[in-house]
Amino acid sequence: MRYLPLTDTDRRAMLDTIGAASIDDLFVDVPAEAQLTAKIAGLPDHASELAVERHMGALARQNRAAGDGPFFLGAGAYRHHIPASVDHLIQRGEFLTAYTPYQPEIAQGTLQMLFEFQTQVARLLGCDVANASMYDGSTACWEAVAMAARITKRKKAVLSGALHPHYAQVVKTMSKVTDYTIADSLPSIQPKPDNAGLIARIDGETSCVVVQYPDILGRLPDLEEIGAAARAQGALLVVVVTEPVALGAIRSPGEMGADIVVGEGQSLGVGLQFGGPYLGLFGCKQKYVRQMPGRLCGETVDAEGKRGFVLTLSTREQHIRREKATSNICTNSGLCALAFSIHMTLLGERGLRELAALNHALAVRAADKLATVPGVRVLNDSFFNELTVILEKDAREVVRTLAARGILAGVSLGRLFPGEEGLSNGLVVAVTETTTDEDVDALCAGLEAVIQ
Amino acid sequence: MSGKAIGNQSGWKPEMAASDALIAAPTATGNRALMLEEPLIFEIGSTDRTGVDLADVPAAPSRLGGMERATPIGLPGLSEQETVRHYTRLSRQNYAIDLGLFPLGSCTMKHNPRLNEKVARMPGFADLHPLSPQSEVQGALAVIHELGQWLKTLTGMAAVAMSPKAGAHGELCGLLAIRAALEARGDARSVILVPESAHGTNPATAAFCGYAVEDIPATPEGRVDLEALEARLGVGGPDCDVAAVMITNPNTCGLFERDMKKIADAVHAAGAFVYCDGANFNAIVGRVRPGDLGVDAMHINLHKTFSTPHGGGGPGSGPVVLSEALAPFAPLPIVERQADGSFHLVEEETAGADHGQAFGRMVAFHGQMGMFTRALAYILSHGADGLRQVAEDAVLNANYILRSLEDVVDAPFGGTGPCMHEALFSDKGLAEGFSTLDVAKGLIDEGYHPMTMYFPLVVHGAMLIEPTETESKAALDQFIMALRSVAERAKAGDESLKGAPWFAPRRRLDETLAARKPRLAWEEAGGLAVQAAAE
Repeated sequence: MRYLPLTDTDRRAMLDTIGAASIDDLFVDVPAEAQLTAKIAGLPDHASELAVERHMGALARQNRAAGDGPFFLGAGAYRHHIPASVDHLIQRGEFLTAYTPYQPEIAQGTLQMLFEFQTQVARLLGCDVANASMYDGSTACWEAVAMAARITKRKKAVLSGALHPHYAQVVKTMSKVTDYTIADSLPSIQPKPDNAGLIARIDGETSCVVVQYPDILGRLPDLEEIGAAARAQGALLVVVVTEPVALGAIRSPGEMGADIVVGEGQSLGVGLQFGGPYLGLFGCKQKYVRQMPGRLCGETVDAEGKRGFVLTLSTREQHIRREKATSNICTNSGLCALAFSIHMTLLGERGLRELAALNHALAVRAADKLATVPGVRVLNDSFFNELTVILEKDAREVVRTLAARGILAGVSLGRLFPGEEGLSNGLVVAVTETTTDEDVDALCAGLEAVIQ
Repeated sequence: MSGKAIGNQSGWKPEMAASDALIAAPTATGNRALMLEEPLIFEIGSTDRTGVDLADVPAAPSRLGGMERATPIGLPGLSEQETVRHYTRLSRQNYAIDLGLFPLGSCTMKHNPRLNEKVARMPGFADLHPLSPQSEVQGALAVIHELGQWLKTLTGMAAVAMSPKAGAHGELCGLLAIRAALEARGDARSVILVPESAHGTNPATAAFCGYAVEDIPATPEGRVDLEALEARLGVGGPDCDVAAVMITNPNTCGLFERDMKKIADAVHAAGAFVYCDGANFNAIVGRVRPGDLGVDAMHINLHKTFSTPHGGGGPGSGPVVLSEALAPFAPLPIVERQADGSFHLVEEETAGADHGQAFGRMVAFHGQMGMFTRALAYILSHGADGLRQVAEDAVLNANYILRSLEDVVDAPFGGTGPCMHEALFSDKGLAEGFSTLDVAKGLIDEGYHPMTMYFPLVVHGAMLIEPTETESKAALDQFIMALRSVAERAKAGDESLKGAPWFAPRRRLDETLAARKPRLAWEEAGGLAVQAAAE
């Protein structure tokens, strides 16, 4: 076994040191009836690196990778080009094979990176502070709802209908056990987000209103209006960002009054990876920092007065506070945070703004082309790099048919909101810097052929 | 502190002899040869510099609906070389498995095979969108299904929920399934029993699920007190308020819960469920199936037992295996194999009658695919013979450490028999004023990451050492020699230990200052300092 260094001679010598006759003597505390006397049934014996690579390669080839052809999927996971140096750097063993930085004297690399990451995220979201990451956007969204309940001591959360339905499902699943009331709805299929409808649902019992920006249909809601309405009722504004690249082009949620901003950071550095691991972003106003979930890295000094970094405010966390912790989260998405931070450092403000501008311009041009296809109507008044088109046909059928022709056309609203007849003709189309003019032409031609 | 001077035997003499003052003298840069100080990106970067070249932006009107960003963000950029240097320099301030033995108890810091990194990066896995039509992702669904099958086989359990993102998230999944099962039979219960030795995530998860948390008493031998547990459970039935017990097995003292089956029987007789924290599965993988011990739900940390890299704090992955009783309540999505051999992803739409009792959804999309590919490659690489060897070597290595050190460091349960995959020591016998922290920091100077400190809470000044199976005898021998030396210094009252570490990139850091005046983000000089939050 290539990963196991002990030889039989070593094992014999070690058993002698221990004073045991055989390895079985070390398992005496396991009742005999619970011990397997033979190798576990059904699993083959060990395999060579080559054999395992072949097996996994065969499985990988049964998938249509995003790069295999025209590709327009988004809805919470976006395909962006990741500079080669990102993956090179995150594979340095000192990052890849380190543990959580509980011994700060020998973990300054991870800790300084986290401090930089927190600063980058806070600035991007327009928040005073951000934490060292959560599992993903959807779980960060739930944690924001729970945090708002702790702050306001209220138990009703109002969800925008245009929140990613998986995020809404996660919130609703968790709320069953915390006795929160979750007021949600379906998205309105209109060119503009239904702010008035959302605001009408906020009342004096509301802990927070949760708004996605850009929303699941790609539209850009005016957060200031919603935030003012929330404040008037003593509720918090929680904003969810699933496409952080957008914040290079549009106003930050924080500057529009968001109290808590959560997001999915996968767009930068992390990649699609069939849905995980991803990167939960979590920022808030300074006054709420002690109610935050998750790890926080802070600046301090060492015994010689040199600047250094440590995990801090741990009295919020489970390993100190146990059942009184703000969350049960322990392991987070450290390496994904590193990938995000490196990608963001490579971009810098100038690069991020250019990337955002490029995404938006390509999406605008794609939208204009799509609008010329018979049977296709562009829904959105506003969008960043993702928009909804209404087809004269069930969009799921169209997606399946085009997939068989090698075109991944987008995410149908039928997949996102199954069983909702009124939404079944909607298709969410994402366009990024990886999308070529030829891809857009292929999509338009494909749609035209399938809808006719 | 003073190492024995070993002169150059060749006869050649440097022009100047070393002196303590010379060695302590500062350099102009603050660097010490290969140990390079590195500023923050905010101090060296510029918002006008970039390490990425993009295509020209084509002319197009804005459709941002008046939401255009008008204010600067404040994100510094670096060129590619500056970026590579920055992160390379930072990396060199980290300890890592790749550098040496990483004996953190309860964390299973074993070697991370590089084949698994290669596999996870295959475009068919890495460049795959989670909402692609199912016909286009059959290989990915096959990976999830195949890994799930092996996890069920290895644990002897009926079902598996693959989506939880880490261990604590898996605990949440298990307790939500238990809660759903109790509700389905109209049996509301309010209490979860957790031993004092449990990981902090256990009580935190129980509380997060709305349960009251009570301690399970331990015996002097460091195991669950079965009699006390039975007394707390009472006769069971409708009057029993206990929903579940959460037990770690092997437990955090490194001991196997001998009475696990009796505990499970008592819990089941009371109508409650057994949650097992699977963080320590590495000790028994291939030798013991938790399903044979009466466990109803157990999370498996793929980033521990199945070697997916810990990455400086994640990502993890925490699939949860479930018993027959809990299987119907497993969360969505679920991957199923169809009669024709194809794979189907069951989501809300198709949950139907078969999964109508699913308790809901824990995450967007389908879980930690990037960890699944790595863990599957790990399982296939080891196979049935290799995984059994993993458990045996992990236990052998821990016992070797226990018996090689117990004459110098107090081993509170050393007299009760062998340990499992980790060896527990206490601070008993250290000189007055010397603590576990001093031993840990002394180990840093010897070139090691310290053991887990002050956990479990049931032992004073706990030092929990988990060497894992991927360490050689020679590596263990050197670690034992190092820890013996540090422990002997702590017992002898060697004051220099209290200043340790002396040779790390940083000396001990002021954690009190960090918490009292939190600086959680960088501020430009002259900018507004981040104000400390109200206590």
